[in-house]
Amino acid sequence: MRWKPLLELAFWLLAFGAIFLLPRRLLLLNEIAILALFALSLDLILGYAGIVSLGHAAFLGLGAYTAGLTAKHFAVDPLIAIAAAAALSGLLGFTTSFLVLRGSDLTRLMVTLAVALLLGEAANKMQWLTGGSDGLQGVTVSAVAGLFEFDLRGRTAYVLSLTTLLLLFLVARRMMASPFGMSLRTIRDNPLRAAAIGVPVTRRLVTIYTIAAIYAGIAGGLLAVTTQFVSLDVFDFSRSADVMLVLILGGTGYLYGGILGAVAFKILQDVLSGITPQFWHFWIGLLLVLLMVIGRNRINGWFTALAQPFRRHVDREVAS
Amino acid sequence: MTSPVLETRQLQKHFGGIHVTKDVSFELLPGARHALIGPNGAGKTTFVNQLSGVLQPSGGQILLDGEDITRLRPDLRVRRGLSRTFQINQLFRDLTPRETLGIAVAQRLGAGGRMFTSFSGNRAVTSEVDALAQAFGLTDVLEIATSSMAYGKQRLLELAVALAAKPKVLLLDEPAAGVPEAERQDILAAVKALPNDVAVLLIEHDMDLVFAFAERISVLVEGALLVDGTAAEIAADPRVKAVYLGEGGHG
Amino acid sequence: MDGITGGRTSEHKRCMLTNLFDGIASGMVLFILASGLAVTLGLMNFVNLAHGAFAMAGGYATVQLTTKWGVPFLASLPLAFLISAALGAIFERTLYVHLYARPHLEQVLFSIGLVFMAVAVADYFIGSQQQYAVVPDYLKGRFDFYGVGVGKYRLFIIAVCGVIMLTLQAILTRSRFGAQLRAAVDDARTARGLGIPVARIFTLTFAVGSGLAGLGGALGAEILTLTPTFPLKYMISFLIVVTVGGTSSISGPFLAALLLGIADVAGNYYLPAVGAFITYALMLAVLMLRPQGLFARAQ
Repeated sequence: MRWKPLLELAFWLLAFGAIFLLPRRLLLLNEIAILALFALSLDLILGYAGIVSLGHAAFLGLGAYTAGLTAKHFAVDPLIAIAAAAALSGLLGFTTSFLVLRGSDLTRLMVTLAVALLLGEAANKMQWLTGGSDGLQGVTVSAVAGLFEFDLRGRTAYVLSLTTLLLLFLVARRMMASPFGMSLRTIRDNPLRAAAIGVPVTRRLVTIYTIAAIYAGIAGGLLAVTTQFVSLDVFDFSRSADVMLVLILGGTGYLYGGILGAVAFKILQDVLSGITPQFWHFWIGLLLVLLMVIGRNRINGWFTALAQPFRRHVDREVAS
Repeated sequence: MTSPVLETRQLQKHFGGIHVTKDVSFELLPGARHALIGPNGAGKTTFVNQLSGVLQPSGGQILLDGEDITRLRPDLRVRRGLSRTFQINQLFRDLTPRETLGIAVAQRLGAGGRMFTSFSGNRAVTSEVDALAQAFGLTDVLEIATSSMAYGKQRLLELAVALAAKPKVLLLDEPAAGVPEAERQDILAAVKALPNDVAVLLIEHDMDLVFAFAERISVLVEGALLVDGTAAEIAADPRVKAVYLGEGGHG
Repeated sequence: MDGITGGRTSEHKRCMLTNLFDGIASGMVLFILASGLAVTLGLMNFVNLAHGAFAMAGGYATVQLTTKWGVPFLASLPLAFLISAALGAIFERTLYVHLYARPHLEQVLFSIGLVFMAVAVADYFIGSQQQYAVVPDYLKGRFDFYGVGVGKYRLFIIAVCGVIMLTLQAILTRSRFGAQLRAAVDDARTARGLGIPVARIFTLTFAVGSGLAGLGGALGAEILTLTPTFPLKYMISFLIVVTVGGTSSISGPFLAALLLGIADVAGNYYLPAVGAFITYALMLAVLMLRPQGLFARAQ
């Protein structure tokens, strides 16, 4: 069946084509691409390894501040600032992975939440470095690779974010179709049994948690570099909650879920907050409540049908 | 005198104040067909869980090929050739048998952690999975989700997965538990057909299965080893009869 | 510190005692707010992140009753309890009941959805500015107790919360209801077989927990900040109370709430540069070292 990869190709062509098709919405599209990358990162741990998190914003936030500070104080290329964000978030992911290894879902929820709170509070109190509640001001970003200046319309920003998303998506897909990716799925299903067939559970979880942290850090780095501003809300609980909703909306465990979810979420946000600015979270909340009351399995069934062309293709790569 | 491939020395396990494994010193010889029996609550599964590393013993030692593995992680025990099946079905529900077997084989071949090679493209893994599926009659269900397979097939997959690690020692925890009568013979045949060089320790309630399979039998009662002998000796031992009759005529 | 009088030498000490007193009062309120969560999360094993929404409802109810409808403050407190309890019962019957048997992740997402809705609704109808209840004159101000400034309102809070805490303790450990609740949680099927009305017990427990949250919200309207983000802001505190206190007893969360209340007041006063950092670090440490809670009885 040739048309499934073609549909995928069409999706990415459309995403890049939006540069010319929707030149007035590039700032929104940039936000979508960054959110998609953030959700993709959560999918790696939640969808593939079964690690629940209420504090994934910790990595986004650390990445954003790292890139923002690097760009501000060292006037380096934005790509280097983003690389620094990836490195530091990865280090945080590696360190904190040992905290989420053991324990029930509930413990993991609390631990991840506490880590994000801790970082948010640290950023708040280290005013001399982060600007505290005023946010990190005066981030000036040079041209990407010395060639592409950031413009007010967000064209360079969107191209940079979308390209990063595509590259990291391809890496993730390759990774999830590997023996490593498959062994993660055994851990998600049953960690005890995974160990009994020889899967080194701890090492696998540490690895994927670190990788997911790098991804989220890069998303944060993109956020800082493309908006040239970082505020404390990058660590907010609602960031962690939103990204979870995005992923659940799109479906877990097939990599496109985060991307489709981000598109749906941001369009929803754009439309709803256009109607009543402060009220849009109500509708998002209602959607979450309904989704959960009806049941994720049933919803997943509907979405599987809708997303079938995407899912199939990835599944075939991953599975058979 | 051959030295045992798996051995425990004065193994102890406490849960709070309850003593569930009492001073168990046990030997399993290479290629053995050994059964561990005992009434309900004798601590058989607890014993196996300590052997496979699911539980940490409170005291004593476990040796595999003469090496102390008492504190070794479960996955590393598998690497050294100690594999097991589970009494209650603990297979990966969402994965297909091909995936389940594949990851076990890949893990053994040292390819389980590779991040940038295709899982399905590994020839060595694929051919070994096909051979295992053939041997256990799973070829026709290789590509369907494990949760939608017949229960008897799931038990066979359980055996195949354990064997995928090419173990020296295989611990079978009630392989026929919950399997409908019609499919029991398949399980028995599969157990009997296990490679000769693998030492097998069978934990089982079903005495027909035990005597059809085991050459040696150990009896565990209230956490302690009561007696150890050939199948014929155990069948004739009055103490074993007393234990089982006392429990209500099991077997 | 307005209530401080007396010699300079002991001023520091008195200020410390006043702080301690204020800390105890806010810890007490925090306990009342979180006690319902300790039961639903601890006993019923349901992760209800929307617990604070019921507290907020109680807070707004008291504000509305005392400022708009002229209801006396003391009379508004039981009404706040009843309003939040009724809301709790309705939501439990219609929504929560569908999620009891689900994974924690789904309970989390569901209750986050409720929080989002509650925040938006409060913002839309009441506005984002902080709300205050009308507190009667006899509960205002401080009196001097051997040089230590004692806020009357805080003393009132300590008395009310102390009584509630003891009542709760008695109900859960001594009464038939407590035994039935524990049986229903342990094994719902067997409990049903024994003729215990499991569904009704769960609804009642949930309603009382929500009602207590509402009462806490009403009592705290004066000393906490009552704004639409209340459920989000204090969710963290509730979780800390339950995490650190453990859920095997009522006294665990009680001690944890006191500790948190005192640490918060003292931290803001003595270590403003560190703030909540220590609290979160403590929470993390407890989760790592004693996942069953700092004050939980050993198994």
